Amino acid sequence: MKYLCLIYDDEKKWETMPKEKAGAIQGEYMAFTEAIKKSGQYLAGDALQPTHTATTVRVRQGKISTTDGPFAETKEQLGGYYMINAKDLNEAIQVASRIPSARDGSIEVRPIMVFE
Amino acid sequence: MPQAMERVEYVEYIGALYRSDSRRVLATLIRLLGGFELAEEAMHDAFTAALESWPRNGVPENPRAWLISTGRFKAIDRLRRDARFDAALTAIADQLESSAAGPSSLHEAGGSEGLEDDRLRLIFTCCHPALTPDARIALTLREVCGLGTEEIASAFLVPAPTLAQRIVRAKGKIRDAQIPYQVPAREALAERLDAVLHVIYLVFNEGYSASLGESLTRHDLSSEAIRLGRLLMELLPEPEVLGLLGLMLLHDARRATRTSADGDLVLLHEQDRSLWNQQQIHEGAALVQRALASRRFGPYTLQAAIAAIHAEAATAAATDWRQIVGLYDVLLRVEASPVVELNRAAAMAMRDGPEAGLLLIDAILARGELAKYYLAHAARADLCRRLGRVPEAIAAYKRALELARQAPERRFLERRLAELHGAAI
Repeated sequence: MKYLCLIYDDEKKWETMPKEKAGAIQGEYMAFTEAIKKSGQYLAGDALQPTHTATTVRVRQGKISTTDGPFAETKEQLGGYYMINAKDLNEAIQVASRIPSARDGSIEVRPIMVFE
Repeated sequence: MPQAMERVEYVEYIGALYRSDSRRVLATLIRLLGGFELAEEAMHDAFTAALESWPRNGVPENPRAWLISTGRFKAIDRLRRDARFDAALTAIADQLESSAAGPSSLHEAGGSEGLEDDRLRLIFTCCHPALTPDARIALTLREVCGLGTEEIASAFLVPAPTLAQRIVRAKGKIRDAQIPYQVPAREALAERLDAVLHVIYLVFNEGYSASLGESLTRHDLSSEAIRLGRLLMELLPEPEVLGLLGLMLLHDARRATRTSADGDLVLLHEQDRSLWNQQQIHEGAALVQRALASRRFGPYTLQAAIAAIHAEAATAAATDWRQIVGLYDVLLRVEASPVVELNRAAAMAMRDGPEAGLLLIDAILARGELAKYYLAHAARADLCRRLGRVPEAIAAYKRALELARQAPERRFLERRLAELHGAAI
């Protein structure tokens, strides 16, 4: 079964973080990604540019409207994701808990819908 | 097994079997069929089939195994019937029919460990932390205890459709997010067990605090929680399971004496100890001893140990406050919380005098966390009263009265206020 792990974190903290610390977290991410690639659980994963680069698009009455910024202003922002393979929610929670940002941010785990 | 029963006796027999065994049958069918809805239908089909078959053919040797394998075949039939409209179901039916856990292995396993594990699987699934706390409670009472939706709704004072919704949503999440039907692995067990114990504790408390009020249905929740605790202990005798069961038994032993005939609150030191349920106290205290001896105990066992000291004191004056304070100290280290601190302060007041307790309570109140907790103000009021600081006591009782919700609690505070006004004149 496929699960999408959405990584929510306070993106502002990256701006003020000392270089060495940011480097250490990046290292943890690389090690984590490597580990779930080895175990066969990794399907995809990316980091996103900060929310000031976001554009939100809607079509209303046939007209495209775009607004600057993310869909919702929140304390923690979507900063990246992993698509993983897990046999059930317990395994998915296990994997999500090892994502470095789980320690101070939040990971939302969503099962992927299967259309028959 | 009774021989040559009348039809009405079969109906009674099957009815009794439904009450005693339907949850076990359901727990195994969920595993075999892989889902709650299908398993529930199958379970009901199986009992209906028993009503038709047993009066003619007699009660089978192993009724539970019969019900499980009949339920499984009924589910496969049902899928085949529905398959005429949905081809995908044929594949599922085929798979179920050929799955390893056939009826013969069930007969052999009748009452054995494998099936007991199913009940544990059901408990852990209903109390899965990925479900909301409300949903865990509702699902556990519905699926594990077999209470009706209406019953649960009225016990928790929510409209029945709301509660039904909650259960449907929870089952939807179990199915769609694929919450596994499993007893958690050893490394996750402690944490997952905590979630189960918490559900049982909440159910108990809901009933226990309601026993101050009017509703009888609500106080039955305490008995239901104790039943759940016993079941869990039978299946998984971990120290904290014993501790929680002990805690519930010890509290429940005093239930009859917590209110007067008029429904007024009676404080612990004024309760008629001769009316406490001694058998329950012995059982609870023995469980506490076992849990403590394991040296792997936690907060439930510690709270139960405190309750045991209260329950075993021959008189209120004979209470061993020194030990109670010691246990609160340990409890604070295991699970720090302002409410535990408040209880410890009250125990300190009993051990070292009201002045000592008051200093602690004022420090807790000054931090603000318990500013809206009526018991903190009531405790402060009581200590001021004992110290003869009447105006302060009156002010604190008034603050407590503003925050108290339940009628008996409010009447108690009003009584105390009236006494103090009398004393002040």
